[in-house]
Amino acid sequence: MIIKNGLVFRKNRFKKMDVLIRNGKISKIAENIESAKENEIIDATGKYIFPGFVDLHSHLRDPGQTYKEDIVTGTRAAARGGYTTICAMPNTEPIVDNIATVEYIKRKANDLGYCKVQVIGALTKKSEGKEIAEIANMLEGGIVAVSDDGNCVQNTKIMLNAMKYVSSFNIPIIIHAEDYSLSGKGQINAGKMSTKLGLSGIPALAEEIVISRDIMLAENLKCHLHIAHISTARAVQMVREARTRGLNITAEVTPHHLLLTEEACVNYDTNTKVKPPLRTEKDRQACIEGLLDGTIDFIATDHAPHSDFEKEKEFSIAPFGINSLETSFASLYTGLVMNKIIDLHFLIQKLSTSPAQFLALNCGEVSKGKDGDLTIVDLDAEITFTPENMLSKANNTPYINKTLRGMIVKTICNGRVTWNSDSK
Amino acid sequence: MQNNFIGRNLFDLDDYTAEEILIILEATKAMKEINKRDYKKLPTLKGKTVCTLFFENSTRTLMSFELAVDRLSADLVRFSANVSSLAKGESLQDTVYTIDAMGIDLYIIRHSYPGSPQLVHKYTGKPVLNAGDGSHAHPTQALLDMFSIWERVGSLKGLKVTYVGDIAHSRVVRSNLIGMKKMGAEITVCGPKTLMPGHLEEVYGCKVEYDLKTALKDADVVMGLRMQLERQSEGLFPSLEEYSKLFTLSKETMKYAKKDAIVLHPGPMNRGVEILPEIADSDHSVILEQVTNGVAVRMALLFLMLGGKM
Repeated sequence: MIIKNGLVFRKNRFKKMDVLIRNGKISKIAENIESAKENEIIDATGKYIFPGFVDLHSHLRDPGQTYKEDIVTGTRAAARGGYTTICAMPNTEPIVDNIATVEYIKRKANDLGYCKVQVIGALTKKSEGKEIAEIANMLEGGIVAVSDDGNCVQNTKIMLNAMKYVSSFNIPIIIHAEDYSLSGKGQINAGKMSTKLGLSGIPALAEEIVISRDIMLAENLKCHLHIAHISTARAVQMVREARTRGLNITAEVTPHHLLLTEEACVNYDTNTKVKPPLRTEKDRQACIEGLLDGTIDFIATDHAPHSDFEKEKEFSIAPFGINSLETSFASLYTGLVMNKIIDLHFLIQKLSTSPAQFLALNCGEVSKGKDGDLTIVDLDAEITFTPENMLSKANNTPYINKTLRGMIVKTICNGRVTWNSDSK
Repeated sequence: MQNNFIGRNLFDLDDYTAEEILIILEATKAMKEINKRDYKKLPTLKGKTVCTLFFENSTRTLMSFELAVDRLSADLVRFSANVSSLAKGESLQDTVYTIDAMGIDLYIIRHSYPGSPQLVHKYTGKPVLNAGDGSHAHPTQALLDMFSIWERVGSLKGLKVTYVGDIAHSRVVRSNLIGMKKMGAEITVCGPKTLMPGHLEEVYGCKVEYDLKTALKDADVVMGLRMQLERQSEGLFPSLEEYSKLFTLSKETMKYAKKDAIVLHPGPMNRGVEILPEIADSDHSVILEQVTNGVAVRMALLFLMLGGKM
């Protein structure tokens, strides 16, 4: 396969080049590659070519909740969003706390998926925060990290033991930081909007107190702690300070926490109901700042599909979560790059290079020998996400029926076209 | 008079201007006159069908609304959640679709979840009157409170108004703050810190006090709020006794307000907790007038929203 005449992102620059992919790997990048042997030529004139995006945080709902999403639709949505690798979070039914479920996901993704799927195993059995899961067993099945995402281990002693146990395996523990006694029945950020809308609030403190606790626990264990979907200014500051002290603490931020604030909840739109909640403008700015100065390592979607009938409810009883894989790039490009808040190079690093490095994957850059994972983008094209054209089973995004700029025209994963905007 | 209320919703008072609120108060006055007649009925909404959707227990508000519907001669259908399909797990959407298929002109909804009135409008396209949604809003209560003050005192502009109690959980206060602010009142809220939501000054432009005597100083109008015992088990205050020691409206504490200050309460009252009988039953009190005015306010709203003719 040759992709011709695109502006290729390489060594942090864009240059008009051709890319040759053979046997699923990038084998040559040069000007004017001519080869009679290649039967697939893709003309990318005027388009940008990025290394395929990597998502560290997706909920595929498979097994068990396949009415929301499954591995096929979730990976198709990912491919449409320009992703070539995604990591499946373990809060399925059953929870991914055993090797059999790990293998099920990997096999199904391998056989039917539209992108590569890495599996994150549960930290505790059934993610109940009581007993440590069979992590070594799951490692044999190929998990890349452990997390009780969606749940948070409340008992400090159990978290301490879990961290001790995991620290010998050289994989990160990813935490969803939430002190339930503080978040309680909270629906949105505790602040101006919760007061105005009469909804119970989730204070920033509910997140910060757990991050603070876990940083302290990790400090003496040399454990790699990764903070999922960081959302508050003080949390970003705590991670910054911990890193200054040389701790192995990393963090991710979602597109919605970079782009939206609690104000988005004003009309009780359940598509804005998410955990952690959309915070204040000050918090959003701190997240952008943290991403820019390297405190936050990369952007992860927290793709959390829910069916229409689940979100079409009173705000107080609708589930938390935003559907994000398809809209991620376009929303970030439109909201941050076009507004000159971050530049395109930086965005690509945070969507591809940094998360690939985080898991030491052979992708995330367009260079010889790397996996043939490319995302071809028309930055000028507009795209409107509608319930009719969403590839995810679910439509729960605040960007539904909104028009954004930056369309993924083709996605190539291991040298195979997994998304093509021309063939509907 | 041009009626630009037809077909509109009343989710809360923020969608209405001070001029429009004044029109509602004037219409209420007219309705109150009718309620004093021997024959308390107008044929004006004959042929219209109003549905009360009550997903939360209520006696007085429901009665007040239903009486208002009756007095304007509209047909009334009543849905209340306890006895019906909601218990079987039907969603609000399906419930409302089903009812709407029977041909409804206006909905009156009470629900414990904020934002539910907006959903009913989304599902039906019909005008919706919010009769209380969770801790969010209770605009008809606010309007009847405002009417009760307006009728007694005249203009609401520049009045010093103090609300005392569980501000955090009170939809009555939230709607009052929006409405009274629009009419130019100077507002203070007072209660225990644990029952005070954040950012009140910023959101509503009111003052926040934690000491009752300071809060009542020179007040023209004072409203006590019902203190619910369940807040005690939620760890928000230690006991009703201690609460009343700090926040009850009594002869002693009302001394700090203006001499002719009026006292309101949205009911039902906990006598001896947030208010003592010596105040509830005194000349200060307009508590029973509030109830009378409630019917008139609701008649006025139905009349305006459904385009009735006098």
